[in-house]
Amino acid sequence: MHELALAQNIIETIHQAVPPETWKDVRVVRLQVGTMAGVVPDSLQFSFTALVSGTPLEEARMEIQQIPFVVECETCGQTSTNDTGISCCGECGSGNTRIRSGTELQVVNLELEDVQEEAV
Amino acid sequence: MSIVMIERKVLQKNDEIARRNRALFFSHGTFAINLVSSPGSGKTSILERTLEHLKGELQVAVIEGDIQTDLDARRIASHGAPVVQIVTHGACHLEAQLVEDALSNLDLAEVRLLIIENVGNLVCPANYDLGEAVKVVVVSTTEGDDKPLKYPAMFRNSSVLLINKIDLLPYVDCDLERLRKNALSINPGLTIFETSCVSKQGVKEWCAWLRSKIFFVSRS
Repeated sequence: MHELALAQNIIETIHQAVPPETWKDVRVVRLQVGTMAGVVPDSLQFSFTALVSGTPLEEARMEIQQIPFVVECETCGQTSTNDTGISCCGECGSGNTRIRSGTELQVVNLELEDVQEEAV
Repeated sequence: MSIVMIERKVLQKNDEIARRNRALFFSHGTFAINLVSSPGSGKTSILERTLEHLKGELQVAVIEGDIQTDLDARRIASHGAPVVQIVTHGACHLEAQLVEDALSNLDLAEVRLLIIENVGNLVCPANYDLGEAVKVVVVSTTEGDDKPLKYPAMFRNSSVLLINKIDLLPYVDCDLERLRKNALSINPGLTIFETSCVSKQGVKEWCAWLRSKIFFVSRS
């Protein structure tokens, strides 16, 4: 249940990325979350919604792109993917592997609604 | 609509503080480990056996993380080791900031080994770098042999696995070979020790591993 703490970090990241007068214009915050990042997307979204409620960010919704867990084998050169987090090669079974993706946890970008500029 | 690119890790702030902690450990020649497990696996007991085994040989300090109480810190203090208790008041993991704050109460000058005992939890502490050299995960035979498959992130992020309560093996439904195989399928690079805090089996081997790492760190 550290999703609440993570959601707080995401809000701080938004606060640092754009000036306070634009917080109310943030419509989407896009995240990449690896399937093996140890984070439950639904809990993260729930926490985020709960924290921004009643704040200038309350119009922002979270879009999470899940990144598959991909293992690259140094022995046979194949890449394989699984939902279990097993790091051994899915093709040849070798333990000599590198994890290519699936542990990400990052804020990618924000989408802001353009406010009508007053004509000068 | 306009897009503002960010591309920032959610835990970047934690990771930056962890880097500061790591630099501090390096500058003092201190080998720091982050001891993690579910509640009741025997982290504090292993710590006590480790302190007993290394007593008089090298200076060990401890940071204790608990949700509530300073019971563990008192247990450690009775062994004469410098100890700082972090009470998280409900938070389920330690963060780098809490460790940095705790470090202001420890003189690392003579400390060769710092053991940070995390909050008992196999989920959240996996995400938080504290600045340690290695994570050491403890799993006890009473928890069953499927723990690594159920909590893969923690086993993937650890360098060492201590299979504790090995003396209870005859009495519990835990297949040791399956436990090893499961752990190595998640993380083929794990170094594994079998320990018992009652019979003290494996404590010597575990401490020999620690000693080799400490020797390397304090000379680099």
